Amino acid sequence: MGTTYLASYSTLGFLLVLGVLVSIAAFAANRLLRTQAPSPAKQTTYECGLDPVGDGWAQMQIRYYVYAFLYALFAVESVFLFPWAVVYDRPGFGVTAAAEMGVFVAVLALGLAYAWRKGVLRWL
Amino acid sequence: MNGLESFGQDPWWLVGLKALAIFVILVLLTLFSIWYERKVVAWMQVRPGPNRNGPFGLLQSLADGLKLAFKEDLVPKAADKIVFLLAPMISTVCAFTAFAVIPFGPVVSVFGVETPLQLTDLPVAVLLVLATSALGVYGIVLGGWSSGSTYSLLGSLRAAAQVISYEIAMGLSIVAVFLTAGSLSTSQIVAAQQGGQEVTLFGTSFTIPGWYALLLLPSFIVFAISVVGETNRAPFDLPEAESELVGGFHTEYSSLKFALFFLAEYINMVTVSAMATTLFLGGWQAPFPASWWPGANEGWWPVLWFFLKVLILLFGFVWLRGTLPRFRYDQFMRLGWKVLVPANLLWIVVLAAVRAGTQQPEWSAQWVGMIGGAFLLVLLVIWFWPGRKKYEQATEPDTGLGGFPVPPLDLQVPPSPRVKRLTAEREPVSVSAGDDATAEGKEG
Repeated sequence: MGTTYLASYSTLGFLLVLGVLVSIAAFAANRLLRTQAPSPAKQTTYECGLDPVGDGWAQMQIRYYVYAFLYALFAVESVFLFPWAVVYDRPGFGVTAAAEMGVFVAVLALGLAYAWRKGVLRWL
Repeated sequence: MNGLESFGQDPWWLVGLKALAIFVILVLLTLFSIWYERKVVAWMQVRPGPNRNGPFGLLQSLADGLKLAFKEDLVPKAADKIVFLLAPMISTVCAFTAFAVIPFGPVVSVFGVETPLQLTDLPVAVLLVLATSALGVYGIVLGGWSSGSTYSLLGSLRAAAQVISYEIAMGLSIVAVFLTAGSLSTSQIVAAQQGGQEVTLFGTSFTIPGWYALLLLPSFIVFAISVVGETNRAPFDLPEAESELVGGFHTEYSSLKFALFFLAEYINMVTVSAMATTLFLGGWQAPFPASWWPGANEGWWPVLWFFLKVLILLFGFVWLRGTLPRFRYDQFMRLGWKVLVPANLLWIVVLAAVRAGTQQPEWSAQWVGMIGGAFLLVLLVIWFWPGRKKYEQATEPDTGLGGFPVPPLDLQVPPSPRVKRLTAEREPVSVSAGDDATAEGKEG
C-alpha cells in the first residue's frame, strides 16, 4: 500500500521534471534556431509606438487587495469543505454533519454579506 | 482499500510511454484546437478561415508554431531577465502536469500489461488539477510583472484577481460532485457516474445517464461559467483584452516564450474541458445506454467517447468567443462574487440537506425531493427575476458617464502647436510661382 501510494506521487514528480526538461529543450532549440540582431530600439518597452514615459509601474485600485482578502476567506472554506464532502455520505455522519456545515457556511456567507453591504464588491 | 490499487504498478517504460503520450496528445490537441477555433469562428463570420497549408488548412497552426520558434527573441531593457524567462515555463509545466490525472479510458492491455489509461491517480486528484491551475497563474502574474511595462502589469493584475475570484466559484461547484461521488479521485468519480437510472415518466420508461451534469445541473452551469474565467477566454479574456491592454500580460513576449504562453492557454482549455468531461459528463463512458452496445465501454473505444466530449466542450469555448462581447471588469467581478459564489454556497447546503433527508428512513425520498425542488424553484425565480429598472429617457443630454468627466460631443480640437510650427518653418518659397507651392503650404 505504502509503495503504491508513493508511486502515484512519484509519477507526478516524473511528469513535472519531464515538463521542465521539455521546456528547457525547447528554449535550447530556440536559441540555436533564432536570429539575433539586437538594437536599442527593439529593447524599449512597448508603448504603442511612442517612446515610453516613466517606468513600468502603475497605481492600481485598492479593490484588488480587498478581493485577495476575500479569496483567502473562501480558499480556507474550500479546504474545510472538500474533506467534509468526501466523507459526508459514509455512515455515522448524516444530518448532524449537514447542520454543522450549514452553520459553518452561514458564518462565511455572513462575511460575504458584510463585504457586500460595505460596498467592497462594487468595482466602481 | 481505496480503489486505487491499479495505479502506481506500471513498469517504468509504461510510465514513460504514458507521459510521452500525454505530451504528444496535448501538443497535437493544441495545434488542432487553434485550427478548429479559427475555422469555426471563420464559419460563424461567413469567411473561409485558414485554408492554405495542408488539407483544409490543418497545418496552419503547425506552420505558425514553427515560425515562432525561428523568430528573434526580444527582451526589453526594463525586464527582469530571469523571471521573464521563468514565467512561460511555469505556465507550460503547470498546464502539462494537470493532465496526469485525467482518465482517458478503462483498464486496457498495452503490450501485454494490464493498465488503466491514465498516467496516475491520487486520492486527491481533483485537488491536483485545482492546484496546477492556481499555480499556472504565477506564470501569468510573474510574466506581466517582470516585463516592466504598464500594459503587462495591468494585465497580470487583472489575471490574478480574475483567477482567484473564479477559482472559488469553480472549487465550490466541484464540492457537489465530491458530495455525490464520495471521492476526490478522478477515476472513481467516473466510476460513480456509471450506470443510468430507470425513470418512468408519463407511462414511458427510459434510462437517463448517471452523469453529474444532469444530477447536479446547477454545479455544472457554475463550473462551465467559471472555467471560462479561469482560462482567460472570451468573454472573460480581460487579462489580454487587446482593445485595452495591447496584449495584456504577454505584450512584451516574443518568439518561443510567447509560443509557450499560447500553448499553456490552449492546454488549459483542453484540461478544463477534460475535467468537465470527467466530473460531469461521465468521463470516458459511452454517451448512450450500455444496452445499445455492450462493448462500447471496453477496450480502446472509451478514448473515442472521451475525445468526442472534449471536442464538443471545446466547441462551446469557440462558440462563446464567436458570439459574446467582452465583459467589463466590474460586471465580471460582480458576476463572480455576487452571483456564482452565493448561488453555489446555497446549492451545496441545499444538496447536503436533501441527501441527509433521504438517508433518514422515516422521510420519503420523493417528499424531500419535491419540497427541495419547490424551494429551489422559488429561489431561482427570485434570483433571476428581472430587477433592472426601466429605461427612462433623460430629460437633458447626459454630459458625463455617470458623473465621470468626458469631453463634450461638439468638442473643437484646438490646433496643435506642433502643426503651427511646421507651417512656420515651411514658408512657401516665393521664387516659384504656381499652384504647387500654395498647395504645399496649405497642407503643412
